[in-house]
Amino acid sequence: MTHIGSYEDRVKTFTWAISERELEYKDGNVINIGEYCTDRICRMGKKDKLALIWENHTGEERRYTFNDMRVLTNTIAAYLRKLGLKPGDRICLFMDKVPELYFGFLGILKMGGIAQPLFSAFGSESLVTRLADAQTSAIFTQRKHLAKVRNIMADMHSLKHVIVVDDDGSRPLREEELAFHMDKEERVEHFDVYPSKGETPSVLHYTSGTTGKPKGAQHVHYSLISQYITAKYVLDLKDNDIYWCTADPGWVTGTSYGIIGAWANGVTQCVLDSGFEASAWYRFIEKYKITVWYSAPTAIRSLMKEGEEPVKKHDLSSLRHLASVGEPLNAEAVIWSEKVFGLPFLDTYWQTETGSMMISNYPGMKIKPGSMGKAFPGITATVVDLKTFEPITKAGIVGLIAIKPGWPSMFRTYWNNVETYRSKFKNGWYISGDRASIDEEGYFWFVGRDDDVINTAGHLVGPFEIESALLEHPAVAESAVVGKPDPVNMEVVKAFIALKPGYEASKDLDLDIMNFVRKKLSALAMPQEIEFVRSLPKTRSGKIMRRVLRAKEWGEEIGDTSTLEND
Amino acid sequence: MPEIKDIILTYVKKEYVEEGDDIDVTYTTPLISGGIVDSFSMVSLKRFLENKYNIQIPDAKATPKAFDSVNSIIELLKEFNVK
Repeated sequence: MTHIGSYEDRVKTFTWAISERELEYKDGNVINIGEYCTDRICRMGKKDKLALIWENHTGEERRYTFNDMRVLTNTIAAYLRKLGLKPGDRICLFMDKVPELYFGFLGILKMGGIAQPLFSAFGSESLVTRLADAQTSAIFTQRKHLAKVRNIMADMHSLKHVIVVDDDGSRPLREEELAFHMDKEERVEHFDVYPSKGETPSVLHYTSGTTGKPKGAQHVHYSLISQYITAKYVLDLKDNDIYWCTADPGWVTGTSYGIIGAWANGVTQCVLDSGFEASAWYRFIEKYKITVWYSAPTAIRSLMKEGEEPVKKHDLSSLRHLASVGEPLNAEAVIWSEKVFGLPFLDTYWQTETGSMMISNYPGMKIKPGSMGKAFPGITATVVDLKTFEPITKAGIVGLIAIKPGWPSMFRTYWNNVETYRSKFKNGWYISGDRASIDEEGYFWFVGRDDDVINTAGHLVGPFEIESALLEHPAVAESAVVGKPDPVNMEVVKAFIALKPGYEASKDLDLDIMNFVRKKLSALAMPQEIEFVRSLPKTRSGKIMRRVLRAKEWGEEIGDTSTLEND
Repeated sequence: MPEIKDIILTYVKKEYVEEGDDIDVTYTTPLISGGIVDSFSMVSLKRFLENKYNIQIPDAKATPKAFDSVNSIIELLKEFNVK
């Protein structure tokens, strides 16, 4: 029996009050995600249950019970408070998937701070852009990423503390750098958790847009109400499950479902801190007897690429439920997973801004491979006309995915950017920026983005940020960046570049530019293909027309070119 | 003249190891599974090898396993008569 039961029946009876009741929350009460994921689970009699089993690429393993997690998150919270950090301060987590990242996240929330997780593969420029916007006060990092943090210190006056979680004394730390060893610190048994309320800010996740700098989607502690119940109904998490969410907490899936959703349900989760390798993943599932696996289409397609042979070498019979998020899951991947694992990956759809799943396929519900599924009970979702923002009532017509505001985990603003936040709401709907259609049975079918944002391996990359970085390369006169179709990552970054006089296109220059962007921003932002051009298509007013280049890559109609400048 | 594996090791250290990072990368260090080169960065490493040795490595052969250490890359290059 699944938690959700019959989807159709659940839709009729569901209200968010069900989640509030299960979490014993009433409007106006204190609600702190850090406390809910640790102390509350211990009070429920699960203090000796494993909360986290962590393994890295060398096979080193660390295990923590819910009581360990309660005490260690207390220890981190007390440490931050002792440093003088205050509720509301932004505290960044810039680490690989080590236990300190997961417990640091909850520790920050326990002391009332706003957790700002950032992907550890970000280069210095991506890092400083996001920290400067948030005026971040402290950052947790590892020795391997310390150089990137040091690079930005001169520009980051707000950053008072750099907390290094794995300092071994081999190289001296600088004045503002502090060594903190979570497992060796004096354990703090009792900590006065910050009495946050529903609307108290909790998490700041940065996401990219078409123009301007990345925006910080700010969430609140009340998001727990959505994250808890969606983890329960969609991921079908049960007390005896061993759960593996492959997402990095530098992105929203890694926090909403790699931390909050799972632990608020008191479920044991496993983390593999290692790069992707098919056999290593299958070995991990076999070793820890993973039952529920939440992954991403890019990873699934990468597994498909490796074929069935690696699957056959492992006993994966523990798996009972698979789900996917990031970008649309193609029908072939659903069919393949059913064939090789005996289970289909169920696609889920949501965004950094939504904080929790909005449209999903549910255990027990009829699956249409390639479809996004249906709206989560309690969520009113539709597609609206691209111009009028009126809901489209006819099946099969493409519009923008729109959601009625008011669900618990909805972002509350973009940090320092309320104007852009307001622009996301039209005609009483939150406009996602994604296009889809709805069929006659109410299933959503993803079509694509409605803007120039590139979805690569489930991560949104803004063309403007990459174009700005490219212009800093000495050879680049101007550039335009678009998404190019890719069989594994859905899209990859392609750059069209016009060179400055004196530079000539060559393979070495191509590689040099790729590496330049990778180091400055991140590997995700690195153009995987560069086309050197004499000039870029522009409007008569000089604006680069990315859509012309994008249409070419996707084999689509270019559309109206009446404003195109004559070459 | 430096051996191919030293050329690749030097390139990996220069391009993928953060300045100031004291990680000791050797011929056998896991690059992909060890998180030194992520799957996206693998594209630039592949491009380096193709440029340097004037070869084309098909995507089917550019697997995380084949790129997981300098030694495994050397094995891959042998298929293209780069020795």
